[in-house]
Amino acid sequence: MPWFEFIPLNIVIGIILFWIALGVAGLIAPSNLRYVTHALLPVGAVAGVVLAAAAFAAMTQDAAVRVLPLGLPDLPFHLRLDALSAFFLAMLGLASAGVSVFYSGYLRAGEDNSPGLTCLQFHLFLASMAAIFVADDGYLFMVAWETMALSSYFLVTSNHRDAVTRSAGFLYLLIAHVGAIGILLCFGVLQGGGGDYTFATMRLVEPASQAWATVAYLLALFGFGAKAGLLPLHVWLPEAHPAAPSPVSALMSGVMLKTAIYGLLRVTFDLLNAQVWWWGVLTLALGLVTALFGVLFAAVQTDMKRLLAYSSIENIGIVLIGIGLAVTFRAFDMHALAALALVAALYHCINHAFFKCLLFLVTGSVLHATNERSLGRLGGLIHSMPVVAWLALIGTLAIAGLPPLNGFVSEWLLLQAFLLTPGLPNSYLNMLVPVAAAALALTFALSGYVMVKFYGVVFLGQPREEKLKAAHDAGGFERVGLLWLAVGCVLLGVLPVPIILQLGTVTTQLVGASIGDSVVASGWLFITPIAPERASYSPLIFLLVIAAVVLLVFLLVRGFYHGRVRRGAAWDCGFPLQTARMQDTAEGFGQPIKQIFELFFRIERHVPTPFDRAPYYQSRTEDRLWYWLYLPVSRAAERLSGWIGVLQRGRIHIYLIYSFATLILLLAFAR
Amino acid sequence: MSLPFSAQLINLMASLLLLIAFAMLSQRRILSLIYLFAWQGAVLSANTLIVAWTTGQPHLYYSALITFALKVVALPWLLHRLIIRLNIKWDVETLINIPTTMLIGIGLVIFSFNLALPISQWAETITRSTLGIAIASVLLSFLMMITRRKAVPQVIGFLAMENGLFFAATSTTYGMPMVVELGIALDVLVGTFIFGIFFFQIRETFDSLDIRNLEKLKED
Amino acid sequence: MIEAILSQLFQTLLAVLLAPLMLGWINNCRAWLQNKSAPGLLQPYRTLRKLFHKDAVLAHNASSLFRMAPYIIFGCMVLAASIVPVVETNLPFAYAADAIALVGVFALARVFMALAAMDIGTAFGSLGARREMLVAFLAEPALLMVLFTPALISQSTSLNTMVATLGQREFALFPSLAYAAVAFVMVLLAENARIPIDNPATHLELTMIHEAMILEYSARHLALMEWAAAIKLMIYCAIGIALFMPWGIVAAGSWPLLPVATLVLAAKLLVAGGGLAVLETVSAKMRIFRAPEFLGMAFLLGVLGMLTHFLLER
Repeated sequence: MPWFEFIPLNIVIGIILFWIALGVAGLIAPSNLRYVTHALLPVGAVAGVVLAAAAFAAMTQDAAVRVLPLGLPDLPFHLRLDALSAFFLAMLGLASAGVSVFYSGYLRAGEDNSPGLTCLQFHLFLASMAAIFVADDGYLFMVAWETMALSSYFLVTSNHRDAVTRSAGFLYLLIAHVGAIGILLCFGVLQGGGGDYTFATMRLVEPASQAWATVAYLLALFGFGAKAGLLPLHVWLPEAHPAAPSPVSALMSGVMLKTAIYGLLRVTFDLLNAQVWWWGVLTLALGLVTALFGVLFAAVQTDMKRLLAYSSIENIGIVLIGIGLAVTFRAFDMHALAALALVAALYHCINHAFFKCLLFLVTGSVLHATNERSLGRLGGLIHSMPVVAWLALIGTLAIAGLPPLNGFVSEWLLLQAFLLTPGLPNSYLNMLVPVAAAALALTFALSGYVMVKFYGVVFLGQPREEKLKAAHDAGGFERVGLLWLAVGCVLLGVLPVPIILQLGTVTTQLVGASIGDSVVASGWLFITPIAPERASYSPLIFLLVIAAVVLLVFLLVRGFYHGRVRRGAAWDCGFPLQTARMQDTAEGFGQPIKQIFELFFRIERHVPTPFDRAPYYQSRTEDRLWYWLYLPVSRAAERLSGWIGVLQRGRIHIYLIYSFATLILLLAFAR
Repeated sequence: MSLPFSAQLINLMASLLLLIAFAMLSQRRILSLIYLFAWQGAVLSANTLIVAWTTGQPHLYYSALITFALKVVALPWLLHRLIIRLNIKWDVETLINIPTTMLIGIGLVIFSFNLALPISQWAETITRSTLGIAIASVLLSFLMMITRRKAVPQVIGFLAMENGLFFAATSTTYGMPMVVELGIALDVLVGTFIFGIFFFQIRETFDSLDIRNLEKLKED
Repeated sequence: MIEAILSQLFQTLLAVLLAPLMLGWINNCRAWLQNKSAPGLLQPYRTLRKLFHKDAVLAHNASSLFRMAPYIIFGCMVLAASIVPVVETNLPFAYAADAIALVGVFALARVFMALAAMDIGTAFGSLGARREMLVAFLAEPALLMVLFTPALISQSTSLNTMVATLGQREFALFPSLAYAAVAFVMVLLAENARIPIDNPATHLELTMIHEAMILEYSARHLALMEWAAAIKLMIYCAIGIALFMPWGIVAAGSWPLLPVATLVLAAKLLVAGGGLAVLETVSAKMRIFRAPEFLGMAFLLGVLGMLTHFLLER
C-alpha cells in the first residue's frame, strides 16, 4: 500500500495524529484563552466532522488494514477500519464536534486548569478514543485504553483544589484500572496460545473448551462493564460525571461509555468463536437490573448532573439489553432477529451520544449562568435563558423516548425485537420475554418521569433564588454546539431509515444478517423492520400531522374567535403570600418513587421532634451496593495490605536479609 | 385456535381462578377476601360441572354439588359470622407491601407454568393445560398465608390453597375418589370450626389477633 | 388516493367532533344513576363555545411553552384519532404508527401537560404534575402490556392487523384477552382521570390530578384542553372496542358499508359510555397513594395475560 492513499483508514489515522498535534499546540501558550478557544477547539471540531465523513464512507466499503511501525520494535501497531469501527467513529466525530464548539464558548480562564493544559488533555482524550476504535491488536487497544483513562482522569480532576473532585477522580481511576485488568486477562484468554496479540490471530483461534470461552466472555463483561457503568461496577459514574466540567461529562457519558460497548461487541461477535445462549440471558438480566437501578436512582437525585449520570447508567443498561437479546438470538440461529436487536442497541448508542451530550452541555450553560448545580436552587430559567431552554426541551423529549424524536426510534426497535419472536426453544426463556418486556416498558415510563422532573424543576416554574433572574443566556459558540446536537436529535428521529440502512452493513458483519431489505420495503418514509403488516412507524408523518393540526387549529381559532390575552396573577386559592419556595422541590417530585421502591434505596432520615431547639429535616438516599460490596472489599484490601506491610520494617538490615535469604534459597533448590 | 368450546370454557374458568387468587393477594379488607373466596368456590364448582358434562363422569356431578354447598355457602357464611363476632371487618395488614407481593406472585406463576409444561404434555385429560394454573394458585395462596399479619386471612389462604389442590386434581385425573373427597371436605369443615375456637382463645390471651403476639411464646 | 384521503378525513372528523357528545352522554348517565337532573347531551359543546369566546387570562410568568401546550396536546389527540381504527381499518395514516407509537403519542401529550402545569410555579400545578406522572409511569407500561397481548395473538403490533385478525377469526374465548380486557378498563379509568383514580368533577385542589394541571388555563386554551381530554376518552373507548369487540369495523373505501359501521360504532359507544358511568357510580375515589397499587394490579394483569397466552394458547 502506498504511503499515503486517500482511503478512509488513512484519513482516520491523520485525524488522530492531528488531534494529538492540536493538543501539543495548546502547550505553546498555555494561559492564552483566546488562542485555545478561538483557534484550537473549533479546528478540533472541524476535524471531528471530517472524521465522521470518512467513517460514513468507510461503512460501505470493505475492511481496510494497516500496520504502523510505531510502538515497540517487535510490536507494531495494527489498525483496522471495518463497519463496526466506522459506526463508532462516526458517532465520536459528530458528537465531539458539537462538544468542542461548545467548549470554545465554555472554557474560562482563572479555573484550576490552564486552558492549554485542558486543550492537551481534551484532544488526547478524543484521539485515544478514536485509536481504540481502529485498534486491531491487543497492544494498541490497551495503550489507547489507558491513555483514554488517564486523559479523562486529568479532565475530571480539573478543579483539583476541591476534595470531593479529587476523591471522585480517584474512584474513577481505580475502577477504570480494575476493568483494564479484566480486559487484559480477557485478551490473554482469547489469544489462546496463538503467538501474538493481534485480533487477526484471535479470530482464528478456537477456544480450548466452552469453559474457557465462558471465562473470556465473563472477563470481557467485567472489564468492559466497569468502563460502561454496569451494575455493580457503576459507583464511579455518579461521582465522576458531576465532578468533571460539563463538556467533559458530556463526552464521557456520550462517547466514552460507548467505547466499552464497542469493546464488548468486538469481543463477543468478532473475536470470540463461540456462541452460548445463556451469555445473552445473563447480559440481558444485567442490563435490565442496571437500567431499572439507574432510572430509580435518577428519580431521587437533587443534583442535576448526578441525575443525568444515573440516567446514563439507565441508558447503558438498555443498550446491554439489546446486546443480550442479540447474543441469545444468534445462539439459537435466529440471525434476522439478532440483527434487529443489534440495530436497536446501536441506534440507542448514537441516540444517547446526542441527547446526553446535549443535556450535559445544557447543565454547563446553566451552571455558568447561575453557579448552581442543586435542583433546589434553580427554576424559572426559561424566561432568562430561552435559547438554552428550548434546546434543552428537545433534549428532554428525546431522552424521555417520545415520538417523533430519536429516543423513541431505538425504544420502538427494541420492543419490536422483544415482541416479534416466533418462539425460542427454551420454554423458560419464552416466558421471561414478556416479563423482560414489561420491565423495559416500566424503565421507559420512569425515564419520562425523571426527565419531566429535570426540565420542570430547572427551567419552569418560578425562580427559587433571587439571583436566577439575572442569569444570562448562552454565548455564540455555546449556542452553535447545542444547536448542532439538537438538530442531530431531530434528524435521527425523523429520518431513521437511512441510518438503519447504514447499520445494516454493521450487522451483516457481526451476525451475518441485515434488516435493511425489509426496512426499506415500504419506502424511506416508514420503518418496517419485518413487514408492513407486522409493524410500521413513520416519524416524519407524525411530526407533519401534529404541526399541521397545530397550525390549522391556531388559524381556525383566530379566524372564528379571537386571540386576545390578558395577564393576571396566578391562582392562589385566597392565600396571598405565595412564594417561590412553595413549588415542588426535586425531593418532592421524587418522593412517590422513593416510597414505592423503598427497598432499592438506603434511606437515612433525620426527623425533627417537638422538643428540638433547632428542628430540621434531612433525608439522604444512598446506594446500597456501596455498603454491601465496596466497603467490605476495601476493608478486606486494607487488612490484607496491613499484613503484607508487616514486611516493611524500614531497617536496611532486614532488607539485606531478605535478599540474602532469597539467594540461599535459590542456590539450594534450583540446582 | 381450534379448541373445542368446552376446552375454551375450562381455560376461561382456570384464568378466572388465577385472577381471583391474585385479587385475594391484593385485597385489604377481610370482608372482600371472604367474598372472593366464595367466588373462587363458585368458579371451581362451575368448572367441575363443565368437566362432568363433557366427559360424562357422574361422580363429578356430586363433587360439584359438595363444592358448591361447602365452599360457596357454608364456609363463607361461617367465616362471615366469625369476623362479625370478632369485630374485625376491615383493614388487613401485610408483612411486605402489596406491589412487592404481586411481583413475587408473578415470579411464582412463571415458575409453576414452567413446572407444569412437561406434565401437561403427558396427561390425557382435556384440562391438561390448566395444571400450571392450579399449581400457581396453590403457591399464591401459600404466599398469601405468609404475608399476612392477622390470623383470619391466613386461614382463608389455607382454604384457598385447598381450592387450588382440588382444581389440580380435576385437571389431571378427573377428580379424586369419592371417599378421599368426602374426607377432605370433612377435614376442611372441622378445621374451620377449630380455627374459630382458636381465634377466640388468641384474642382473649393477647387482646388482638395479630400473630406477632404469638412470638412471645418462644423460649428465651 | 382521493378516496383514501376522504376516508381518513371522515374518520378523524368523526372522532374529533363526536368526542364532546360522548362526554355528554357519560355525564348524563352518571346524573341519571345518581338521581340528579341531567345537563343535556350537548352541554359540552355549549361549554366549548362559551370558552372560545372568552379572553384568555394568563399568569404574569406564563411562558410560551404554556401557551403552546394546549395546541400541541390537541394535535397529538387528533393524530391518535387518525391512527386508531374507529370505524375503518387500512387508512393511510394507520401505517404511520402502530400500538407502541400510539402509547408514545399519549405519552407526548401527557409530558407536555405536566410541563405546562409546572410552568406557572404554584404549588397546585406542580402537585398535579407530580401526581399525573405518578399515575402515568405505571399506566403507560400497563397499557403497553395490554396492547402486547393482542399483538402476540395476531403476531403484529399494527392496529390494523390486530383488528383484522381478532375480528375475522371465529368466536373463541381467549383467557388472555379476558385478562387484558380487565387491565384495559383499569388503565382507561386511570389515564382519563375517572373515578376511582381521579374525580373529573371535583374542584378541590387536594383531590385532583387532571384538574390541578389545567387549573391555570382559561378561555380557548382551556377549551382545547377539555376537548383533547374528551377525544382521549373517545379514543380509549375506541381502542377497547377495536381490540375486544372488533366486529363491525370495515375496511377503508367500502363506502356502502360505512353508515352501518358508524351505527354499530354508535351503539358500542353508547354501551361503553353507560358501562363507564355505572363503574364510576359504584366506586369511590381512592386515596392517591392507593393509585400505584391499583395500576400495579393492572400492570400485573397485563403481564399475566401475556403469560397465559404462552401457556394456554400456543
